[in-house]
Amino acid sequence: MMQETVLKNNQTILEGRGITLRFGGVEALNDLSFSVASHKIVSIIGPNGAGKTTLLNAITGVYSPDYGAIFFRGRSISGLKPFQIAVLGIHRTFQQTQLFSTMTVLENVMVGIHPKTKSGFLGGMLHLPKERKEEKKIREKAEAFLDFFDLLPKADWMAGHLSIAEQRRLEISRALAGDPEILLLDEPAAGLNIRETEAMGDLIVKLMGKGQTIILVEHNMHLVMGISDWLIVLHHGSKIGEGRPEEMQKDRRVVEAYLGT
Amino acid sequence: MEKKNKIYLLIYAFIILILPIFLSNNYYLMVLNVAALNIIVVIGLNLLTGYAGQISLGHAAFFGLGAYLSAIFTAAFHFPVWPTMMIAMFITGIVAYVIAIPTLKLEGHYLVMATLGFNVIVYIIMIQLDSVTGGPSGFAGIPRLQIGGFIFNSDRRIYYLFWAVSFGVLLLSLNLIRSRVGRALAALSHNEIAAKCSGIDTETYKINIFVISAVLTSLAGSLYAHYITFISPGTFSIFYSIQVVTMVLVGGMGSLWGSIFGAVLLTLLPEFLHSVKEYNVLIYGLVLMVIMVFFPQGLFPGILEVFGQRKKGER
Repeated sequence: MMQETVLKNNQTILEGRGITLRFGGVEALNDLSFSVASHKIVSIIGPNGAGKTTLLNAITGVYSPDYGAIFFRGRSISGLKPFQIAVLGIHRTFQQTQLFSTMTVLENVMVGIHPKTKSGFLGGMLHLPKERKEEKKIREKAEAFLDFFDLLPKADWMAGHLSIAEQRRLEISRALAGDPEILLLDEPAAGLNIRETEAMGDLIVKLMGKGQTIILVEHNMHLVMGISDWLIVLHHGSKIGEGRPEEMQKDRRVVEAYLGT
Repeated sequence: MEKKNKIYLLIYAFIILILPIFLSNNYYLMVLNVAALNIIVVIGLNLLTGYAGQISLGHAAFFGLGAYLSAIFTAAFHFPVWPTMMIAMFITGIVAYVIAIPTLKLEGHYLVMATLGFNVIVYIIMIQLDSVTGGPSGFAGIPRLQIGGFIFNSDRRIYYLFWAVSFGVLLLSLNLIRSRVGRALAALSHNEIAAKCSGIDTETYKINIFVISAVLTSLAGSLYAHYITFISPGTFSIFYSIQVVTMVLVGGMGSLWGSIFGAVLLTLLPEFLHSVKEYNVLIYGLVLMVIMVFFPQGLFPGILEVFGQRKKGER
């Protein structure tokens, strides 16, 4: 049973030590160490191919590091299966939105609540009172989330019929509905226009008010600089810088990495 | 449950209750009895294939396991009928669990071949273990179903029993797909990575739904054995597996009401084509091909769409 204590602001919630990941002969992540403080917005940046999404995949258990370890709230999670990591409280969105496109908008969010609920096969088949109560709560919670994300009017639409910006919001809403402690967003601004990107930035900051720790992978520097508390800079699978946005902007290695590509 | 489904269930129950009044010929009742059993199998298979997205071309093996386990223990060892049926379901469930663990890790073609292989193995055992199963000549003398002193010895009595069971299975399945588990199954068949990262233990869910579909099929097999009172391996060959998969496809993957349509239609069809019974297999192949080309979502959903009853892509 993991610690139920609420982390105070600024304690380390996620930590990586010496993470190395190889695909065939290629080293995607190379002896990577980092730490993320709770209740902050941390952005992982770096040129294309730096290993940002690979790092997200390693954190969420989609890939297992060849060497090194990842710690969530002080407990090792490297080697756990993706669903176990999600149940522990790390949820994510994907670079290309992975919605359940022929399920409704509401159902997508209801799936997000799965890790926090319990009804199984028997309760479901027999429609037991406990299951009915839980279903009602799931539905109400999902509707509340849709309302927060301005998607409630489209609750019965098929998820695939939403616009790109709406699909992004839906995917974040699904990830958030399970009350994660860490929310990983993989390029949430990709494919959005300037207005939509600003709205996305505002949304992310708004989410901070809900007690989230947010880790962002983004290319859009304007967005990153505007909302991040902390940056982790990757290049060729290694960390070349870590610090506040203002510091990283002036860091020689970071500037060279971007200009050199 | 949604109002819509409640109404359909009432209509379903009503039709079941009054239909026999109009059918004097026992032959029709017999065909409908077999249809009811097929409904049970097809609903179970649809949960596995249409909902959880896992293919099985081996469900005849579970049908046969239920039939032979019930037959052997009640006829040869004089065990009581209903407890034996439960035990047969339990044993079939265990067998399904054991083969699910390695095979559900396989993808696509390999999973199909593994289930096909399993069907063949069970079929061969039925034929070769003739001291126990009676071999190719079959197993006779299976006792009939009874409750208290009431023996189900007529097609009419069996009709009400079998269709009541089909109603129960339908009800439980409709409940399941509208529940948290149903959503998880639908999610994992759509997008397994997203489902996993949403906290769904996809491996366990796949195994569980495989076992449930096998157990339902075993139930149908036991009921079949006690109805016909004679079983032989020929009934449980790969062809039956293909028949029930065809019924799922005709009814529409993921549509339980469609499963009823598919099961009834494809049970009745061979009877209408009685004169060309030798071409049964050929006709099934043709039906399957035509459905896949013109109605890939299923004949039932296709018909509904024509009548404007259904939005495209809806389950």
